[in-house]
Amino acid sequence: MGRPRWWPWAVWVIVLVPGPLVVAALVSDFVLGTRWLGSNPVKEGELLLGQWTMKYLVAALAITPVRRIMGWNWLQKYRRTFGLAAFFYGLTHFLWYALVDIQLDGAQLADDLTKRTYIVVGFATLVVMLPLALTSTRAAIARLRHRWVTLHRLVYVVPVLGIVHWWMSVKADVGPPAFYSAVFALLLGWRWWHARRETSGHATTPPTSPSA
Amino acid sequence: MLIRPPVPPDLRSSAITPESLYLTRREWLTAAGLTVGAIAGATALFPRRSAAQQALGKPYGLQVDDKPTPWDDVTSYNNFYEFGTGKEDPAEQARGFKARPWTVKVEGLVRKPGDYALEDFVKAGRVEDRIYRHRCVEAWSMVVPWRGIMLADVLKRAEPTPGAKYVEFTTLYDPARMPGQRVPVLRWPYTEGLRLDEAMHPLTMLATGVYGRDLPNQNGAPLRLVVPWKYGFKGIKSIVRIRLTDRQPSTAWNESAPGEYGFYSNVNPTVDHPRWSQAKERRIGEFLRRPTLMFNGYADQVASLYAGMDLRRNY
Repeated sequence: MGRPRWWPWAVWVIVLVPGPLVVAALVSDFVLGTRWLGSNPVKEGELLLGQWTMKYLVAALAITPVRRIMGWNWLQKYRRTFGLAAFFYGLTHFLWYALVDIQLDGAQLADDLTKRTYIVVGFATLVVMLPLALTSTRAAIARLRHRWVTLHRLVYVVPVLGIVHWWMSVKADVGPPAFYSAVFALLLGWRWWHARRETSGHATTPPTSPSA
Repeated sequence: MLIRPPVPPDLRSSAITPESLYLTRREWLTAAGLTVGAIAGATALFPRRSAAQQALGKPYGLQVDDKPTPWDDVTSYNNFYEFGTGKEDPAEQARGFKARPWTVKVEGLVRKPGDYALEDFVKAGRVEDRIYRHRCVEAWSMVVPWRGIMLADVLKRAEPTPGAKYVEFTTLYDPARMPGQRVPVLRWPYTEGLRLDEAMHPLTMLATGVYGRDLPNQNGAPLRLVVPWKYGFKGIKSIVRIRLTDRQPSTAWNESAPGEYGFYSNVNPTVDHPRWSQAKERRIGEFLRRPTLMFNGYADQVASLYAGMDLRRNY
């Protein structure tokens, strides 16, 4: 595709913009009395950052199916962008919880990370994403070779943990996590179906015809 | 049983919130706007100011020293699942709700049951303005200037029989008018309950208004329960039925998650919700969290109701 060279950088900027905006909205709400984040800006910002994590996770996992189905190979290089963005928002979501929400209350942090299952699961999601983010450089890919592929299969665990974390945190309205569950089921289901089709050797031929 | 206990002296407040206080807060906002660059860092820890801060026209009776939460927050941030599960859904989805005419049924173990038009229902007692702390089970809180009557007056008029031990409240069930009821997030209609002595307590209110005005639809128009030492979900909204019973009523949230929401649901910083701590709360409008008080700060008035009870088990 004939896109300008700065295009990938523009995608990065667009992807990262919501983060600083949420932080700016929080500061504005408390300092200027605006209502960008509503009545409870701390909670709202925390939710937004968690939701952006899920959105970019969807984007990262959608690249391969969309590329295969539509034949858009140029999409491939944005898989890393979206994957790293998901990690960035997950990390920011955690930092927001620790610094802005519970305000470094050590006792509560220790309590939450041991007793509150949904927080433990949320933290585990971040921990699983960490090695993936750290090994996303070109050098790491070259060094790890086939082990890189194995390691990065961990990405399939991330939406499962993330959804469990989200689902467990809601009081009664499971609508949004249920919607994302369906989307992830579709994205992971496609991979499973695709992998099965390839290994069984029936890639393009109907079952009645003899396969090569 | 039918005699209202005396109001504790520390609640009989002479502190009338002067209108000027609210007006000066607006001036503060203007000043803040002009000098914001200089004080940006320092004010980050100050409470937020609402541009639409409401001026209170009338003196208040029972009240706490805490500053009332601005009208905008009281009327746009709350749970009322009958009008959607988002915090801002009720203000949006309850806009066209018609809360008049309204009938309240009083029945069960009483000598004088009856169906009351709202206007007659509130004649049971004197309408009062009271500023109460409001603590949500989700660990946020507000300070709300309610207007309403004492539930005790309503119950006295109905004359409970000696067998009456509990009071059950029921919200209107009308999915056509309450769109949230078309989705089974909770068992509809919403019900709540109190022990009779809790219901008779002089702090327990049936609110018909907030900030000196009629209750906005999203806050439970035209009639809602206010029990300031309990978590907010005990404050059932849009009440159509009050029934006295001899056994503990089933409550909506308790049915939804029995391990998380008990019948009593008293504000208690030492008993955590299974999924989060209740030790601290975030007052809407404040950045720093504050410690949650036992019985939401009303321990002097209500702790005796639970003497000898294991509050860890009776959460």
